[in-house]
Amino acid sequence: MAHAQLSIAEALNALCVALVLIASFGMVATRQIQGVVRLFVIQSLLVAMSALLLGYDHQVFDLYALGIITILAKVIAIPWVLRRALPRDIYIRREIDQVLNIPSSLLLALALAIAAEIVVSPLASASVEVDVRMNLPIGLACLLIGAYSLIARREAVPQLIGILAMENGAFLAGIAIASELPLIAEIAVAIDVILIALIGGLLTWNINQTMGTTEAASMSELKETILPWH
Amino acid sequence: MTQTIAYNVLQLLFVMVFAPLYAGVLSRLKEMVQSRRGPSIFQPYRDLWKLFHKDEIVSSETTWIYRITPYLAFILPLFVTTLIPVLTDYPLAFAFMGDMLAGGFFLSLAGFFAVLAAVDTGNPYGPMGASRTRMVGFLAEPVFMIVFFTVSFVAQSTIPYIVQQKWVASAAAFFSPAHILLLIAFLMLILAEGGKIPVDNPAGHFELAMIDESKGLEFSGRGAALMKWGGQMKFLVLTCIFLNVLLAPWGLASGHALLDVVTAVPWILLKILLFVIVLVVIESSLAKLRLFRISEFLGAAFIISVTAMIASIFPLV
Repeated sequence: MAHAQLSIAEALNALCVALVLIASFGMVATRQIQGVVRLFVIQSLLVAMSALLLGYDHQVFDLYALGIITILAKVIAIPWVLRRALPRDIYIRREIDQVLNIPSSLLLALALAIAAEIVVSPLASASVEVDVRMNLPIGLACLLIGAYSLIARREAVPQLIGILAMENGAFLAGIAIASELPLIAEIAVAIDVILIALIGGLLTWNINQTMGTTEAASMSELKETILPWH
Repeated sequence: MTQTIAYNVLQLLFVMVFAPLYAGVLSRLKEMVQSRRGPSIFQPYRDLWKLFHKDEIVSSETTWIYRITPYLAFILPLFVTTLIPVLTDYPLAFAFMGDMLAGGFFLSLAGFFAVLAAVDTGNPYGPMGASRTRMVGFLAEPVFMIVFFTVSFVAQSTIPYIVQQKWVASAAAFFSPAHILLLIAFLMLILAEGGKIPVDNPAGHFELAMIDESKGLEFSGRGAALMKWGGQMKFLVLTCIFLNVLLAPWGLASGHALLDVVTAVPWILLKILLFVIVLVVIESSLAKLRLFRISEFLGAAFIISVTAMIASIFPLV
C-alpha cells in the first residue's frame, strides 16, 4: 500500500490492531453471551500480542511483562472466573432484543470508529512514531465501542464485558503512547480488572438467584413482594 | 493481436469446461466430510448432457423474458470472463472493454432477468424466491462497491488486470490489515452471491426455503441446462476474481507463448481446489442463517469492507 516501509514488528502490530477493531465490532453484533466472552478473549489476546510486538520493537522490557500479565489476567483468568461464577443457564443465554437492532448497532460502531480516527488525527499526525498512529485511534475506538456496548446491551454480562473492553482499548492506546509506564501501575490495573470480573460475576449470580433474570430493564423498580421460590 | 484473442477464447473455454467440475468437486467433498460417498465429480456433466437431450416445456402464459433468460444467464458470465484475469497475468484483447464495475453490471443483469423470469411464470414459489434473491442482492451491492473502490483506489486503476498486478505487490503486503479485511469481506460476499451456506442451502429441494435455487425452478430441457451451467459459471467467475485479483495472484502465465498459458491451467485448478477445501470447511461448520439474519451477515461484511477502506486510504490505520 502507499505508505513507508514498516518493519516486521510494526506490520504485525498493524494486523493485530485491525483485528482488535473487528473483534470489537463482533462484540457489538453477537447475541450469545458465550460468543461475547469468546470475542473478548480474542480481543485481549490480540491486545497482548500488540504489547509484545511493541516491546520487541522499542526494546522495552516492561511491555513484555505487561503482555504476559494481560494474557494471564484477561485471556485465562477472567473467562474462567465468569464461567465459574455464573450458573450455566445464564451463560448459555442469548439476548433476544437489544436497544437497536444489530445492523444499526454495527453502523453506529463504525461511525464511532471513524469519529475516533478523526478526533485523534491531530495528535497522530504530530507524532513520528508509526505505532502511535496505529494504536491510538483504534484504542480510542475500542473504548467508545465498549461504552456503546455498555449502554445498548440489556443483559448484565455483556455490559460487564463492555467495561472490560473499554479497559482493553485504553490499554492499547496507552502502551503506544507511554511505553515506559511504571509496571506497578499496570499491575494494579490488571488486578483491578480481575476484581471487577469477580465481583460482577458474583453479583450477577446473586441477582439471578433473587430475581430469576439478569435483564437490566426489569430491575428498574424496587420490589417488595415475596417471590414464590423463596 | 490475434494471439491475445486466441487466449481470450482459451479463457472462455476454460470457464465453460471447468465450471461443472468445480461444482462437482465441491458437492463431492461436502458429502465426504459428512462420511457419505457422494456423487461422482463428473456428475454435473452428465446432468447437463441429460438436460440438453430432453424436451423443453414452456408455459403458454410466459412472455419473451422467460424464453430469453436462459441464454442471458449463460452468456453474461462469459462476458465477465473476458474482463478478468483467469489464465494470464497481462491484459488480453478484450480486457479494456470494461472494468470491474462492468463485470458487476453484467452479473446483476443476469440476476435481474432471472428474477423477472421467475416472476413471469406465475408459479407461487418463483416470486417468493425472486424477492429473497433481490434482498440478498441489494444488501450485497454496498459491499461490492466498497471493495471495488478500495482496490481501485490503491491500484490507481479499475481494470482487473492492472489491479491484480498492483494489489499484492509483495509477499509482505499480503499481511497488511487492509488486504486481510478485504479478503474476509469479499469471501462473505461470494458466499452470499453464490448462494452457499450460511446464506442459502445449495442442496436443498424445499421450495419454501429456496433463495438462489428458485431461479431455475420452472425451466426444463435446454433452458434448465443453460440456467444450471450459467449459475456454475457465475460462481467460478466470482472465485476467479477472488483468487486471481485479491487473494493469490500467483500461478498466472506471464509469458506470451501458448505453452505458458496452457501450463497455467493446472496451477489455476490447484488454487481453485485449495479454495474448494476452504469452502467445504466453511459450509460444513456453519448453519444456514435465518432469513432476516442475512442482513446482519451482510451488514458485518459491509463494515469490515469499510474498515479495510479506511485502513488503506488513511495509511497506517
